[in-house]
Amino acid sequence: MCSLCGILAGRGHWTESSANPEVFAGRHQAHTVGRERQQRARILNVVLAHYGLSVSDWAGSRYVLRSRTGRSALVENLNELWAEAEQLLGRPCDPLDPSLLSDLTRDRDVGTVSHPGT
Amino acid sequence: MSAYADLVPVNILTGALGSGKTTLLKELLRAPRLRQTAVLVNELGEVGIDHHLIEHATESTLLLENGCLCCAMRDDMKTSLKDLHSRRERGEIPRYERVVVETSGVADPVPIAYTLIAEPVLMHHYRLGNVVTLVDTVNARAQLERFESSVKQVALADRLVLSKLDLADAGEAQALRPRLAALNPAAPLLESGAPDLDPVDLLVADPYDAGAKAREIEKWRGRLAAGGNGRATRHEAVEAHCFTFDGALDWTAFGIWMTMLLHRHGDRVLRIKGLLNVAGLPGPVLVNGVQHIVHPPAHLDAWPGADRRSHLVVILDGLAIDTVARSLEAFNAIANPAPAALGRGVEGNPPATVRVSTQCADLPLASRRLKNSDRLKHKVK
Repeated sequence: MCSLCGILAGRGHWTESSANPEVFAGRHQAHTVGRERQQRARILNVVLAHYGLSVSDWAGSRYVLRSRTGRSALVENLNELWAEAEQLLGRPCDPLDPSLLSDLTRDRDVGTVSHPGT
Repeated sequence: MSAYADLVPVNILTGALGSGKTTLLKELLRAPRLRQTAVLVNELGEVGIDHHLIEHATESTLLLENGCLCCAMRDDMKTSLKDLHSRRERGEIPRYERVVVETSGVADPVPIAYTLIAEPVLMHHYRLGNVVTLVDTVNARAQLERFESSVKQVALADRLVLSKLDLADAGEAQALRPRLAALNPAAPLLESGAPDLDPVDLLVADPYDAGAKAREIEKWRGRLAAGGNGRATRHEAVEAHCFTFDGALDWTAFGIWMTMLLHRHGDRVLRIKGLLNVAGLPGPVLVNGVQHIVHPPAHLDAWPGADRRSHLVVILDGLAIDTVARSLEAFNAIANPAPAALGRGVEGNPPATVRVSTQCADLPLASRRLKNSDRLKHKVK
């Protein structure tokens, strides 16, 4: 339990290698938790730019989510991040939204998806 | 904090009313290896399982503020499992090594899984084991047509067990098998009462069990790869799809994509199971998600063979698979801004670009299509 806020510690989020050290111990490349969090923030910022939001690491334990109007929220993991992003926006963040995918794939060749029967 | 693999696995035994869950459970619990098993039963009645700890629980579901049924806590499970743990620690009951929850015939297994993963006390003592779904061979095709709970129980299964084969005609079983394989290509299809039905395989072997891990992941790989060769399905709204990836995936980008997908559409992503080639890792990583709930990843230290392609099975309820595939590609591409420059790839891995192909061919529908009104929806029962 966190002595400051009284929140029970969770098991760690499944996406974080620090929560699953036995799985990620064999990485070929030099890997640090800080570098992973920076990479996560970098990828998130590409996605969140579509919504006018940004994110940055906060003390290696949380992320700060910010809107262009100055609203912000502190989140612990990706589950909380998407919920807070929708709160700040007042609308859904949908990874299947064609306009988001159009933004993400602009100037990028992500290949062709082949479908059943094609 | 205990390692995930050290937690007590809770297996869920589910299936339609009268599908033979208790009969199967009695058979399984005769195995010496399963002697230290605690059983939670939802349906009161003649259970008759000797020498095992039996607890009865009345189903009660607490719906959380977000109103999503799969993210509801099963209050009965919470109470029963905490009570079991307390009594075990006080030495009042034997030290059980696993728990089996026998659900009622209409129960949704997902709130039980969510309770294990999200309840602050239980998450440190228990983990989700296998979801074993009994399928009544005589009535299953009709049940799959009529009841969303039956479709969901099949879609969520880690093991499918056909029961009442002796009562069904051969044609019924023959028609049912491809239907089940199509709805859940990642789950093995077993037969109740068969001499080779292994109790350990059903209730002990899972990707987190140290003794079974390597074999379990290898079996997964075989099934997922077979699924990619054209055995998936079209079940109107509920569809299983198999992705095969030729390149390594960026784990961080994959996590961002999957959390965003499950946050927005988790109620319509019945299952995600896959074995991934993650950039930088020498062995495969296994991901396993049920609606909004995701197991911690499991892994092997090395690939068992030369084939290092990733395979992912997704069972969707009404989502367009081509959009899902395009979305995954787009997110993975963010992590690799200059794919041409990464052509040589990471040591031991293919280049860090990815191509997604949905290679599953449609199976013809065996009988009438589900009506739109039969689609799985969030319903508060």
